[in-house]
Amino acid sequence: MTNTLLSSASREVVIGFEQPFVIIGERINPTGRKLLAAEMKAGDFSRVEADALAQVAAGAQVLDVNAGIPLADEPGILAETIRRVQAVTDVPLSIDSSVIEALAAGLAAYEGRPLLNSVTGEDESLERVLPLVSKHSCAVVAISNDETGISEDIDVRFEVAKKIVQRAADHGIPASDVVVDPLVMPVGALNDAGRKAMQLIRRLRTELKVNTTCGASNISFGLPNRNGLNGVFLAMAAGAGMTSAITNPLHGEVMLAVRGANVMLGRDPECRRWMQAYREPNPDAGAGRERRRSNRRRA
Amino acid sequence: MSDANDDDLDLTTLDDDDLVQQMHDDLYDGLAEEIDEGVRILLGRGWPPDKVLGNALVDGMTVVGIDFRDGILFVPEVLMAANAMKAGMAVLRPLLAETGAKPVGKMVIGTVKGDIHDIGKNLVGMMMEGAGFEVIDIGINNPVQNYLDALDEHKPEILGMSALLTTTMPYMKVVIETLEQKGIRDDYVILVGGAPLNEEFGKAVGADAYCRDAATAVETAKRLVAAKREASAHQAVIG
Repeated sequence: MTNTLLSSASREVVIGFEQPFVIIGERINPTGRKLLAAEMKAGDFSRVEADALAQVAAGAQVLDVNAGIPLADEPGILAETIRRVQAVTDVPLSIDSSVIEALAAGLAAYEGRPLLNSVTGEDESLERVLPLVSKHSCAVVAISNDETGISEDIDVRFEVAKKIVQRAADHGIPASDVVVDPLVMPVGALNDAGRKAMQLIRRLRTELKVNTTCGASNISFGLPNRNGLNGVFLAMAAGAGMTSAITNPLHGEVMLAVRGANVMLGRDPECRRWMQAYREPNPDAGAGRERRRSNRRRA
Repeated sequence: MSDANDDDLDLTTLDDDDLVQQMHDDLYDGLAEEIDEGVRILLGRGWPPDKVLGNALVDGMTVVGIDFRDGILFVPEVLMAANAMKAGMAVLRPLLAETGAKPVGKMVIGTVKGDIHDIGKNLVGMMMEGAGFEVIDIGINNPVQNYLDALDEHKPEILGMSALLTTTMPYMKVVIETLEQKGIRDDYVILVGGAPLNEEFGKAVGADAYCRDAATAVETAKRLVAAKREASAHQAVIG
């Protein structure tokens, strides 16, 4: 059993083999969001704050925060974004950048134990990111590619993940703090990408005994009804042993799939979360009665 | 496709116009064998290879490109169409080389140093080939020298660069500045693309255009290559 503890100043979230699947909200990311990028660059964080609140309300337990804006001060903007998000919500954050200075600035601004997103199997990345993870005693997303690219051979990707876990250990970082991203490829371009992802997730869990995450929406690139396909992928991936995903909780299909997977995998005691999300409100019940019932259940 | 008679369709019985129309449909449906057969029939009827390429294949792929851009066709369908196009090109390419017919244009394309993403780049390459361009794909993780070598060897009109990371996209500027230093920047139409880029970034690194998707890349390439040829023709007259 593997647990990865994340925290903010006042809340803890555990990604783990026996835990409910953790949704890491992906919305705070200016890539492909022109308006958000312009606002963040200009120091207007109102949309960031609204996105944070909406995702938490929709069921995100962790929020990914990315400030990858072309020609902007990414470290400065990322640090400020983190401060703003932590001021409006208490969920732990995933600090997301491919720029080492931005990761460092984000860590300095963060209160609690974040997920650092990410390190790859490239030597330069390992040498620069792992010391940061070690210094701040946080968790890290490990992406299973190296200098040679993203292998289509899942054995190669497994070996890259294994190498990252070993190198992390050299820096005193336990495997439980390494959350591996097996890299989900678009099934529209590579037809067995879904099957391969499942196989790799299973091996990462049983052999490497690590938690896993992924950018789930990549699976449906170039296809219609992306949210529907993303949801099916997430449910199957959870079934194969994936323990978290960076995705959009505002899509009903995504939340339906994850909540359903939690029920099916026995991670939703008494199906409480499922009922809470989908119970048809009783038109005859007064507000008072609803309140009494929820009070009693929580006790 | 739902018409059972399609399976029995004998392409040789169609006149030229109907055959070309059928080939456009077959490209759209990604039918490689039928495209191969159609190309051979047209050549057998005495069509020059560049006319087969233009009228049957490129015009057919134009429809594919437009419907992809408009969200009517999806990635697997475009890949199948490109594959069918490739089957036709396999027949035509040696003949085109013999006759010395010029492609619509030539493009060297590659993902920049430090970046290993290639699906978007591959899509652009395929759509460009579909539009009749000759595409030299130099793969992923390319340092400046790879671009210089490929430009020198293949003498394309277009250089395409792709990057999917905010850390790697500034490398486009390194490549373009190197071309400037060597005084050969203006020899090429430079197109850039990739998820984290935008128009502003394309301008800032000195590219001719940022292309947000494969269909846009094709349209932009056609437009800029034509403009460039016109400009150099003009220059030749006044020069």
